[in-house]
Amino acid sequence: MELTGAEIAIRCLQEEGVEYLFGYPGGAVLHIYDALFQQEKVKHILVRHEQAAIHAADGYARSSDQVGVALVTSGPGITNAVTGIATAYMDSIPMVVISGQVPSYAIGEDAFQEVDAVGITRPCVKHNFLIKDVKDIAPTIKKAFYLAKSGRPGPVLVDIPKDISNHKTEFVYPESVSIRAYNPVGKGDSNQIKQAAQLLLEAKRPMIYAGGGVVLSGAAAQLTDLVRLLGYPCTNTLMGLGGFPATDDHFVGMLGMHGTYEANMAMQNCDVLVAIGARFDDRVIGNVAHFAELPRKIIHIDIDPSSIAKRVKVDVPIVGELKPVLDELLTVLRASNKKPVAADLAAWWKQIKEWNVKGGGLRYKNSSEVIKPQFVIETLYKITQGDAYVTSDVGQHQMWAAQYYKFDQPRRWINSGGLGTMGFGLPAAMGVQLKHPDATVACVTGEGSIQMNIQELSTCKQFHLPIKVLSLNNRYLGMVRQWQQFFHGDRYSESYMDALPDFVKLAEAYGHVGMRIVNPADVEPALREAFARKKDLVFMDFQTDPKENVFPMVPGGKGLSEIVLSEDL
Amino acid sequence: MRHIISLLMENEAGALSRVAGLFSARGYNIESLTVAPTEDATLSRMTIVTHGSDAVIEQITKQLNKLIDVAAVMDLSEGDHLERELMLVKVRAEGAARDELKRMADIFRGRILDVSSHTYTIELTGTRSKLDSFLQSIDQNLILETVRTGASGIGRGERILKL
Ligand SMILES: Cc1cc2nc3c(=O)[nH]c(=O)nc-3n(C[C@H](O)[C@H](O)[C@H](O)COP(=O)(O)OP(=O)(O)OC[C@H]3O[C@@H](n4cnc5c(N)ncnc54)[C@H](O)[C@@H]3O)c2cc1C
Ligand SMILES: Cc1ncc(C[n+]2csc(CCOP(=O)(O)OP(=O)(O)O)c2C)c(N)n1
Ligand SMILES: [Mg+2]
Repeated sequence: MELTGAEIAIRCLQEEGVEYLFGYPGGAVLHIYDALFQQEKVKHILVRHEQAAIHAADGYARSSDQVGVALVTSGPGITNAVTGIATAYMDSIPMVVISGQVPSYAIGEDAFQEVDAVGITRPCVKHNFLIKDVKDIAPTIKKAFYLAKSGRPGPVLVDIPKDISNHKTEFVYPESVSIRAYNPVGKGDSNQIKQAAQLLLEAKRPMIYAGGGVVLSGAAAQLTDLVRLLGYPCTNTLMGLGGFPATDDHFVGMLGMHGTYEANMAMQNCDVLVAIGARFDDRVIGNVAHFAELPRKIIHIDIDPSSIAKRVKVDVPIVGELKPVLDELLTVLRASNKKPVAADLAAWWKQIKEWNVKGGGLRYKNSSEVIKPQFVIETLYKITQGDAYVTSDVGQHQMWAAQYYKFDQPRRWINSGGLGTMGFGLPAAMGVQLKHPDATVACVTGEGSIQMNIQELSTCKQFHLPIKVLSLNNRYLGMVRQWQQFFHGDRYSESYMDALPDFVKLAEAYGHVGMRIVNPADVEPALREAFARKKDLVFMDFQTDPKENVFPMVPGGKGLSEIVLSEDL
Repeated sequence: MRHIISLLMENEAGALSRVAGLFSARGYNIESLTVAPTEDATLSRMTIVTHGSDAVIEQITKQLNKLIDVAAVMDLSEGDHLERELMLVKVRAEGAARDELKRMADIFRGRILDVSSHTYTIELTGTRSKLDSFLQSIDQNLILETVRTGASGIGRGERILKL
């Protein structure tokens, strides 16, 4: 039987097992919405802004190992979606976005709501397609899913002109897909892996640095085995948190700009570094020249060759999927009769412990007068017993959440690291809650960020999403304020958040529960009450210390060992 | 260092803009870029001449390889290769200069493709530096137009870029 392009598109999503489609209708996608209406398998989540559709699909993908899927209309629909797509791209999140386009015969005529979607998204997608023939819809969507999730994952856009979504053809979903110019690697090179094992076993001051790749590839178990087998210290990037259990003794905390003193010092001073699914970001190693001052051998395992040797020289590059590579590395290590030299390792751990003492670990001065943001996160950790999915927005609150919530499992910490998109937290939490309806989902945000997608409280009401929003309201664009304090002579240019709404009333206006918490003594009871309300979205407006800063801090452009510690301690 | 990179890519709308976009987005330099279909109509071959440190060139080839439409990449300058560029030059050819220009064209093994009472259009192929030196060897004031294709390159002997 012949189906319309729109029907075919929806059938493809069904074939891919898509559970939720996040979207917003408009002229160019009317046929697709019509096809959606006439079936039940794929459930549509109507957001209130296209950016949120993409973030929600993104949160869905990050908290599972599935591809997030979104549908937007042409013109303003797709331009609104771009921030979300770029967010997913920077963090390598598998996603398929379908956008409507003006009818094919009108393309190029400045038609109503026409934008060059493929052109506008080109630099921030893994790949994109403009459909020119109804026969191409099924094979293209098949390719889009394959590209999104294989190799280094990423968002893929499929742009469908309106007339083509109404043309008819026979529907056949391809069984398999192959793209001749695209062959992601699987296993790594065995000789390189042997060499890596050799280097690791000879190390005197080893360091394991694991990033978002571990989470994306589902290799947390392999990483954990590796660290425990060798007994080496392990650090995670912001994106890698949960890839190794934070409560394990081998964990030295996050590294980088707001990482722990010991993680950064160990990174700088190690003699053998193994980077696993991490990309030596500038927020991670600070000043590259400073990092290169000390000699160290670097092993780098990554599926994307362009991540390797991009910013630092690498001695043993291993291109491959983390799971098979780590499995093979483990086999080689276990079979080896060589063992790490115990005395060297003990001396190295002693040094790391000393750095821990010197840096003060993660400490802050609590107060009985004003709510310290770190205290809110610690209490959140305590009452959720470390078992929540935590999404965050971008700013100081994000760093405190990363520092003080101890993630023991992958895919529990969901944040925008690469693009740093304010407005990510709440819509991402929607995707997470839909994927895990019975789980506890907390969104840690700031009064600045939450206002960038606050309209999604309405979506949460419609779909009964009992997210717990913890707004650390410091009345400042705190991260900006902190930089202005440190680097711009206390000139707080446009970083004060004036005329804030009454968030309690706002939450209530959307049909949710709102709470304002002003006293430190009320933090725990408020959180307990909020989390006990299993069915409600509770918006908690914590009035936190406006002057609190995030420490430790490696100032921009500085080296890792030039890290600045909290002035209070 | 100057590098000459060859690649095979899907002959599809948008493939060229992906490559060009990659260079501009990442701040890589392009001296010239040529592209045309190959004997296999589904593939185009592109030659890009670029400059950069070893590290930058390594990133360029990796980033090119990463493009889904790019099927094969070769840095020709890593080994023996041939490089040719085609140039058309229109010159003012009057009086004494008329003979002189003909003589220079012969020396550089150029051909005069079009003759009018006041102009010559000369065709020249060669490496970039040969074309440059031709332009330097004639009177600059006589040059009316130059059109250059940018370099095309191919490996010598058994160095072959094919799918
Ligand atoms: C306000 C703010 C502050 C920040 N401060 C810090 C900080 O202090 N510390 C910090 O670490 N970050 C910080 N970041 C985040 C930072 O900007 C980067 O996003 C982050 O460091 C990158 O993490 P990553 O290196 O793990 O790479 P990711 O972006 O997670 O990349 C993953 C890597 O794994 C590879 N990969 C993917 N899948 C596989 C697979 N199957 N097999 C093998 N490899 C695979 C990819 O090719 C890629 O190279 C901050 C961000 C913000 C917004
Ligand atoms: C969309 C967007 N615009 C601007 C920025 C720059 N920026 C980074 S953090 C920050 C302040 C965030 O304020 P808030 O949400 O209140 O968090 P806080 O830092 O106070 O915890 C800003 C403006 C950004 N990351 N994203
Ligand atoms: Mg704030």
